[in-house]
Amino acid sequence: MGSLQARDSAAEDTFTRDGAIVLETAGLTKSFGGLAAVDSLDMRVHRGEIASLIGPNGAGKTTVFNVVTGIYRPERGSVFFEGKEITGRPPHRIVEKGIARTFQNLRLFSNMSCLENVMAGRHCRTFSGVAASLFRTKSQRNEEREIRERAEERLRLVGLWEFRDELARNIPYGRQRMLEIARALATSPRLLVLDEPSSGLNPRETEDLMEFIRAIIRDEQLTVLLIEHDMNVVMGISDWVTVMDGGEKISEGPPAHIYHDPKVIEAYLGVRS
Amino acid sequence: MAGTLTPVLRRAALPFVIALFAAYPFVTAGYFIDVGFFFGIYVLLGLSLNIVLGEAGLYDLGHAGFYAIGAYTTAILNTRFGIPILILLPVSAVAAGLFAYLVTFPIIHLRGDYLCIVTIGMGEIVRLALINNPFGLTGGPNGVSGIQSPSLGFLTIDSSLGYYFLVWIVVGVSIFGLLRLQRSRIGRAWNCIREDEVAAQAAGINVRAYKLLAFVLGAALAGIAGNLYASKLLIVSPESFSFWESCLMFSIVLIGGMGSVPGVIIGAAAVSLFPEIFRSFANYRMVVFGVAMILMMMVRPGGLWPRRRGGMEGRDLLRKLWRRDG
Repeated sequence: MGSLQARDSAAEDTFTRDGAIVLETAGLTKSFGGLAAVDSLDMRVHRGEIASLIGPNGAGKTTVFNVVTGIYRPERGSVFFEGKEITGRPPHRIVEKGIARTFQNLRLFSNMSCLENVMAGRHCRTFSGVAASLFRTKSQRNEEREIRERAEERLRLVGLWEFRDELARNIPYGRQRMLEIARALATSPRLLVLDEPSSGLNPRETEDLMEFIRAIIRDEQLTVLLIEHDMNVVMGISDWVTVMDGGEKISEGPPAHIYHDPKVIEAYLGVRS
Repeated sequence: MAGTLTPVLRRAALPFVIALFAAYPFVTAGYFIDVGFFFGIYVLLGLSLNIVLGEAGLYDLGHAGFYAIGAYTTAILNTRFGIPILILLPVSAVAAGLFAYLVTFPIIHLRGDYLCIVTIGMGEIVRLALINNPFGLTGGPNGVSGIQSPSLGFLTIDSSLGYYFLVWIVVGVSIFGLLRLQRSRIGRAWNCIREDEVAAQAAGINVRAYKLLAFVLGAALAGIAGNLYASKLLIVSPESFSFWESCLMFSIVLIGGMGSVPGVIIGAAAVSLFPEIFRSFANYRMVVFGVAMILMMMVRPGGLWPRRRGGMEGRDLLRKLWRRDG
């Protein structure tokens, strides 16, 4: 056991990660009323991997997500996406750049149909204005057809085709989670940011979800960053794990490394007396 | 049996309604044709507020301000420069839209009731400014009089019948356009904002721009209603654009059902025809109106004709018949 730990800590800086850097935060700091929710966070996500952000409650994970997706503006530090700085850009611009997200507590358009929910995701990839819509120009009609077909295809992908005309609020919770992912996927993202995708799902649904995430990464050249509480999920699916506590990064590495890191164990379970 | 009958009825409904509106002035006379005109004005106002309140979910209790800008633009430009009323129709729309852009630009980020309070203030400031007669343009409390009737050169609209058809043709064209907007990415973007602003942002919608667009288009349509109103009365004065008018427009959208075009027509009918029907006990009509509103909110909170959402359009139904997938 001792030898294993020694090997892990010695190798800390030499883990190799393939692929270009997709997302990078440098010295990211965001505080609320003097309390630093995120403190000088450096984090990297490489292309094609599933990166996880974990940590105890209140560690600042969701705040990181909200800064990355433009909902909050950081006090200090920068966010780079595919090498370009996106710090403080408005959320819809960041979606345009190729980062799509889901929310911890589902945020769907409850009184719209499942299909319309997914169609909304195509908004940032389409252009028709008021005049084109009023006169139903040829390009507008083609675009509407494209929006619809693409949304239908995404609905099939997540297995919600049969619910397309149902109001989003009327479908089961697990399906609502998939609907939110379908909406995010409809924006043609290159980085998918999932905030606790398995919360509220039963073990069976969670397993299906993980299988689905692996499949879309393979089929659509996606990169995934997720916040997750379920340790089985994190350890089973992640290529890279970043651990936060009290707004700071306390450890990072492949799951096997994180699993044995005393600092991580301490953050979750407390210090052995 | 009923299943095969319904599409036929649905298809016959629109021509029937149009025929009803076309026939109305010929089976009634005089005063009731004017009632029909004002019904049309309230439909236009209801439709215009429906863009802001019904589609985008923004609380606007100062919509009479935009209506006033349209009416006064028409009145002032017509009486000072003799510009024909019908040319001023688009001019009033642009003026009201531009005004809406300028006044809502700094407040568009406000949410819910905060926006509501500020729009009330905006509507009141417009009314008070008109009373104060800035630059001697608005004629103070007396307003502007001597407005001409709409004219196409050879044909002058100066009868009740002419005005009736003018307003309902404008209503028809507006509904046609609004239904197209409703079924476009723009209409969906507005609905997304109404449902959940944060989610709309996350779906890639520029929330701020689409809220502004809703205000500008809503105000432009109210400006058109103002133009028609000014040309009918031949005089405009500040008391026609009081807070009460904004409340009536709000009621139209709420009574009918948010975001529903047929709902707006029903709501406008309730607001404009109701006082006529109950004229004999005019002193109590506000009481009756108030009680009716409260009862309605309890019994049918979604409005009398709520928008069918997520349901299929006729065309989708046909498509489903051919393509039996899923």
